[in-house]
Amino acid sequence: METKKTSLYQLHKDCNAKFVEFAGYQMPIQYSEGIVEEHKFTRNHSGIFDVSHMGQLFIYGGEELIEDLEKVFPLDLKNLKLNHSKYSFLMDKDAGIQDDLIITKIKEGFLIILNAACKNNDFKILKEFLSEKYKMVLDEDRSLIAIQGPKSSQILNEVVDGVKDLNFMSGNWFSFENQKLYITRSGYTGEDGFEISILNSFADKFTRELIKKGSKLVGLGARDTLRLEAGLCLYGHDLDKDKTPVEANLKWAISKERISKGDFIGSDIIIKQLNDGVSKIRVGIKPEGRIIAREKTKIFNQLDVHIGEITSGTFGPSVNGPVAMGYVENEFSKKNTKVFLEVRGKKHAASICSLPFYKKSYVKGASQ
Amino acid sequence: MSEVKYSKEHEWIKLEGDVATIGITKHATEMLGDIVFAELPEKGSSVEKDGTAGVVESTKAASDVYTPVSGEIVDINQAIVDDPSKINEDPENSAWFFKLKIKDPSEMDTLMNKDDYDKFAKETSA
Repeated sequence: METKKTSLYQLHKDCNAKFVEFAGYQMPIQYSEGIVEEHKFTRNHSGIFDVSHMGQLFIYGGEELIEDLEKVFPLDLKNLKLNHSKYSFLMDKDAGIQDDLIITKIKEGFLIILNAACKNNDFKILKEFLSEKYKMVLDEDRSLIAIQGPKSSQILNEVVDGVKDLNFMSGNWFSFENQKLYITRSGYTGEDGFEISILNSFADKFTRELIKKGSKLVGLGARDTLRLEAGLCLYGHDLDKDKTPVEANLKWAISKERISKGDFIGSDIIIKQLNDGVSKIRVGIKPEGRIIAREKTKIFNQLDVHIGEITSGTFGPSVNGPVAMGYVENEFSKKNTKVFLEVRGKKHAASICSLPFYKKSYVKGASQ
Repeated sequence: MSEVKYSKEHEWIKLEGDVATIGITKHATEMLGDIVFAELPEKGSSVEKDGTAGVVESTKAASDVYTPVSGEIVDINQAIVDDPSKINEDPENSAWFFKLKIKDPSEMDTLMNKDDYDKFAKETSA
């Protein structure tokens, strides 16, 4: 299969991107300034991310669709207000995570943002589950652009008037050159920011406008260090079919109301795990010193017993040190528990810590 | 002034008397990206030509550092362990990795000169 290019491909090239194949797309891993600078620029200023490889699934429907989707997602969708978003997951019957996603209530139904590597399978699963009752469009005509960091609100507002008044995890339709954009105040970096859904034919021009106003393109490399510092999971690494939302320490994203009803896919296992506890759980891990423990690094307790594995690990430029997350046996999941990480045959001291590594600065109230 | 030689693993080596200073090339740092971790061999340890003699990690991945010649490690550059970003800044000068007492100076003959290395680097990164 030929690798796909996003609508910003030429712009990436113009900005000297180094490309990598990701989920069947040619994506920029970094630009000329490098991952550390791009990471810091996002934290201190404003970074633009091309996330057009992600799926934008529109499902059209009314009351009946809400009821049907509540059988899929562990969310209180009846009380999800128009233009409000929630983080959730698509689970199998054993509560294994098939994908994690953001679902937004729009007037015509729902917009669901899916991971690039999972989107086609998600579409198939949902289509089957909803027995083709609703019009579903996995929209390939729209690009998705994220702008993240403290100056993003001001910069984006210069290009799209009014976006600064959006609250965190809510969205609305705006216009750019008479084109409709759907913009949500959200993102995956631990910074205040926005995600913009825009027609492919306008994406390049729109992004160049943001660059003119002082934002800079940031690649997938820095996106990974940013999300890991923010304690956010990456599907295929920290989350997969062998892990449940309870094990992933994401029970905050499961609606209590829906648990009491227990009528969604995977609810039996979720309820059982919430009542009885889990044997492994996702934790933050801070290595001592500078050693970097990457994915698949084995974790040992003080008696040299293997108790888990790292699922994401890198160097955090804002933390100025190594950061990691992984799964350990529940009894070793308490904050400050001493553990050892086996890197290149040697054991290195680390401790379990709370997430995030880097404190978020989301805008919750009025505009800034 | 002795000539600086280069290995296919992108190390540079400068021999003065019987002590060789070894580091990684600018080209290597450009391929690696931002270096955030460096591990060096222990002083007094012996290393074999083409064997592992350290590790560098960028934000993306870990890579082994090899020694282009055999010998005994007589000094290491602690400054790059304390601040690995120095390797990106000045790889072929102040950010050297280690010095070793060379066992067999004839091993130098198998290495490339600057022109050959530049050509090699250009070809392999294309």
